[in-house]
Amino acid sequence: MAPPSSRRSGFSKKAQYSLFTGYLLACAGVLLGFGLLALSLWQPGAFSTLRGAATDVVAPAGEVGAVTRAGTQGFFAGIAGYFNAGMQNNELRREVEIARIRLAEADAVKAENQRLKGLLGLSEAESKPIAVARLVGSTATSGRRHAYISAGANDGVQPGMPVVSERGVIGRVLETGRNSARVLLLTDSESVLPVRRAADNVIAFAEGRGDGLLRIRLVNLGVNPLKVGDLMVTSGAGGYYRPGVAVAVIAKIIPDGGIAQLIAEPGATNYVAVEPIAQAAAVEALDAAEQLSPKPSASPSSKPAPSPAALETVD
Amino acid sequence: MERLDPRARSDIYGSRINRAPSPLRARSVPYITIMLGSVVPVLLIADLMPLTPSLGFLMLLAWRMVRPGLLPLWAGAPLGAFDDLVSGQPFGSAILLWSLAMIAIEIIETRFPWRGFWQDWFTASTIAVIYWLVSLLVSGASLTPEMLLVALPQALLSVLLYPIIARLVAGLDRFRLARARKLD
Repeated sequence: MAPPSSRRSGFSKKAQYSLFTGYLLACAGVLLGFGLLALSLWQPGAFSTLRGAATDVVAPAGEVGAVTRAGTQGFFAGIAGYFNAGMQNNELRREVEIARIRLAEADAVKAENQRLKGLLGLSEAESKPIAVARLVGSTATSGRRHAYISAGANDGVQPGMPVVSERGVIGRVLETGRNSARVLLLTDSESVLPVRRAADNVIAFAEGRGDGLLRIRLVNLGVNPLKVGDLMVTSGAGGYYRPGVAVAVIAKIIPDGGIAQLIAEPGATNYVAVEPIAQAAAVEALDAAEQLSPKPSASPSSKPAPSPAALETVD
Repeated sequence: MERLDPRARSDIYGSRINRAPSPLRARSVPYITIMLGSVVPVLLIADLMPLTPSLGFLMLLAWRMVRPGLLPLWAGAPLGAFDDLVSGQPFGSAILLWSLAMIAIEIIETRFPWRGFWQDWFTASTIAVIYWLVSLLVSGASLTPEMLLVALPQALLSVLLYPIIARLVAGLDRFRLARARKLD
């Protein structure tokens, strides 16, 4: 098939000019794109308001999608449940009994905990979620792992706030629109989160690898104490997350840490809670200090909190 | 006449007498479908790896290949700007890459004016794979080997999806030119 002959300019001055203008505009588009790309790689937050407005438009459609997704998940789980239902029933009954015992034990521990805290004079810092929202979408075509939630600046959501599901940490708010916000998921290769082992205080950083797994990098070098199956929780260092929220389970051991699997998979989550920054005062003070002396800090262990402006690149 | 053949006075675009294509539809359908292609993948929850190739870009390629001359040469910039707003890539990457793709296709077309489906598929796949790699490189994240590995299916899908999307675009083109307006 040949291109339509109307597109050959021939001797027509008008056609020649319009062809030339087309090339000119396309080249202008290339230059514009190059400039904007350089700007947004240099300043990742430069177009956040524009993106926020676009997300606000798309979010309602995502809401419908989220409802459908939850419905279909329930449907298939229901069908799967009919198979081996009897066997599961027995097993579940046994598990519930054990869980009741454990719950009673936990109550006792909680009571003791409260008593000890009272002795020490610590106040119970109860963090209420700022907003509860649906996960309405994600960047499914890009190499970045961002998700969109259906709560934004109107609900009090601000950049930097942690996003958790009932199972554990999902990620952190990156940009906000009016009624939607963009969340940096833990699996994004730019995401770094300070964690510790739940059982003791082995501290580490959980970095996203970009392929759905986290790389746990130990802070203290030496003999690797991690084992397959260890639970990693947030350590609270950095001031953004409250300590003790589940993050990942170690799946493989490597020389300087481990490879871990997420506990709270966003794809299997319907509702998430946006929590306030755990130690907002500390984070603000650190930002102020960083603005006064803008020097790049070298060692990650000596730097507890990055500024929200540098969210995209650090933590 | 109708008694002999009910479709005597119509073709694939509908009845030929007293009907004309709607100018609004004829002009807007390509742009709307490309923008829809950009938005649809956003509704998927891709928490572990990229799931689909950039459908908006594939739609752009297909419209450009199936209907040469319909989209102006500079159409890559505005459509790319919209794609950037929702795709998660840094703003400007699709403006740059989509404009470059449009120019590249134009040059290829003037070089090889007689072309068929197989050559179109080859051109579109080459451009789509280059686009996949470059957009990974400029995504703003440091590219890890694992990331490249999980994104490979994306490249394969974008090659395999082109014929389907070209058929889809051909169908949309029939819808675009359907004689919907009644002449009085």
